[in-house]
Amino acid sequence: MGKTLFEKVWNAHVVTQIPGGPDVLYIDKHLIHEVTSPQAFTGLEKRGLGLFRTQNTVATADHNVPTKNQHLPIAEPLSKYQVDRLTENCNKFGVTLYGLNHPFQGVVHVIGPELGITLPGMTMVCGDSHTSTHGAFGSIAFGIGTSEVEQVFATQCLMQSKPKTMKIEVNGKLAKGVLSKDIILYIISKISAAGGTGYFVEYCGSAITSLSMEARMTICNMSIEMGARGGIIAPDQTTFDYIKGREFAPKGKQFDEAVEYWNDLYSDHDAKFDAVLSYDAADIEPMITYGTNPGMGIKISGHVPVEADIKEESNKVSFKKSLEYMGLQQGQSLLDKPVNYVFIGSCTNSRIEDLRLVASFVKGKQKAANIHALIVPGSKQVQAQAKREGLDTILADAGFELREPGCSACLGMNEDKVPKGEYCVSTSNRNFEGRQGPGARTFLVSPLTAAAVAISGKVSDVRAMM
Amino acid sequence: MEKFISIQSTIVPLSIEDIDTDQIIPARFLKATSREGFGDNLFRDWRYDENNQAKKDFILNNADFQGKILVAGKNFGCGSSREHAAWAIHDYGFKVVVSSFFADIFKNNALNNGLLPVQVSQSFLNKIFEMVAANKNIELSVSLVDQSITIAGTTFSENFDINDYKKTCLINGYDDIDYLLSLKDKIEQYEKGSKYLSLVK
Repeated sequence: MGKTLFEKVWNAHVVTQIPGGPDVLYIDKHLIHEVTSPQAFTGLEKRGLGLFRTQNTVATADHNVPTKNQHLPIAEPLSKYQVDRLTENCNKFGVTLYGLNHPFQGVVHVIGPELGITLPGMTMVCGDSHTSTHGAFGSIAFGIGTSEVEQVFATQCLMQSKPKTMKIEVNGKLAKGVLSKDIILYIISKISAAGGTGYFVEYCGSAITSLSMEARMTICNMSIEMGARGGIIAPDQTTFDYIKGREFAPKGKQFDEAVEYWNDLYSDHDAKFDAVLSYDAADIEPMITYGTNPGMGIKISGHVPVEADIKEESNKVSFKKSLEYMGLQQGQSLLDKPVNYVFIGSCTNSRIEDLRLVASFVKGKQKAANIHALIVPGSKQVQAQAKREGLDTILADAGFELREPGCSACLGMNEDKVPKGEYCVSTSNRNFEGRQGPGARTFLVSPLTAAAVAISGKVSDVRAMM
Repeated sequence: MEKFISIQSTIVPLSIEDIDTDQIIPARFLKATSREGFGDNLFRDWRYDENNQAKKDFILNNADFQGKILVAGKNFGCGSSREHAAWAIHDYGFKVVVSSFFADIFKNNALNNGLLPVQVSQSFLNKIFEMVAANKNIELSVSLVDQSITIAGTTFSENFDINDYKKTCLINGYDDIDYLLSLKDKIEQYEKGSKYLSLVK
């Protein structure tokens, strides 16, 4: 019987199998950041160990950095302390660091791909659940906890039980105004925030293969929001063209050899998946979430469900709690709901294509007076590219400011927070209670929908404004 | 790592589904660089209002419910991979979390910290919630050796899954690094034949 893409890559990384236990999996690349690494460095030091393979780890500062005046020392003492510890640890242990003010600094899941660090067929981990992003290249990439970060430091390996496999196929052509963010919000709304738990998901079908690499990253990024450990997409010419010429990608003859290997990375036609789901792209509209987990999403033209729509009895309490937190009524439409905050950024949607889409939409228009907008590029390189293309000027003319790179209001660790009770239309990945600040209420959307809301000042159907 | 063999305790019931790690420990409390002290901010925004006053209707602020076992709704620990969530629960004093479904990364993080995640059927979970609503003093008895969970003094009992390797680790207090370090030769052998490593040389 044939093998799935996931099985091929997984099997190629098993160092040994433990009887009755997990596999020992070799990790090709380890990305670290300031929040989930300090305790791992401390643990390593306590054991008197160094990194087993220093060159396989790359660090950046992203979660806890300001998005203004990054050339100045960080004002918030605890944040400064944490970012300084990262610098100190990287110096002490010899780890490559793209810290603040380095031209490669940025959100860890934006810089990996753009630097050519992320490659097909590799295993990659990071102490961050959105590591699933890198699966867009046909790699096995997943988030880990800090104890596991320490394991990878010490041995370049992890003990992992092999997840089950799920195939999600989306066929057909996307309608105008519908982006890859809408595809993934649609899928999660169908299978729920727990529907993928225990699985590694392969995305395929014509609606997926026709996407750019950046759009594919948005899909894989949110795999974790349905509980899946990761997502993976078979590499193809689009992938190879994206990788070619990037800073750390193989070059020349080595690149050709790599492509030859990468061309074999696909699921065999007779490969067996533990679960298979299929969707029609024509059914997907711009999406928006109404609740407090990413599975609580509806079409922008739709209505918030009513209690009778919730199938499981045990789920009704959480449903009602969620609407209460969001200040919404059962059965209501979200269209025309006034919104005062818009966040465009995060590892889901902060790449150059996202900024181009937003800039092209707002060009010649003006931001609504009530809107506080944060537009945060994913990396220094994205920021520089946006400036080269004049996107910063277009945004400024429409009343927006392009900030400096970081995770920002996606998780509200720095000062970029949404005030209590306020609604924020956000291109990020989580609408959990308090995620963007205590009491903040998040609507997850695509960058185009976010741009439309920033102009109209209320929840809007971008298709009517194009 | 702290050993875990068995426990019998009263419980703290939290009958909410899809509890994400942002609720368990909000991001603004992740600035610490050590593993200790996170219990103070466990469920921070459910436990305290914006003036740091305890919210009376939240279960951790209800003196009637104390214990070393947290019982929570389906899909516990979803969202962020922050191990701080497992640290916070353990630091607060819980030794076991019971739910009908756990998010994958949370489960690994818990096991790496001597906090036992016990997955039970939805009907068994409902039974626990039902019984504790009638009698706050009910106790759960959890045996890792037997892989069993019982509502003490009743015949309501279930077996739970855990892989043999992790079970041995918990019972003996071993962690994964000790084991992985013992495989150094095998790891170096693997590296010599690695396709990926040959491509990026």
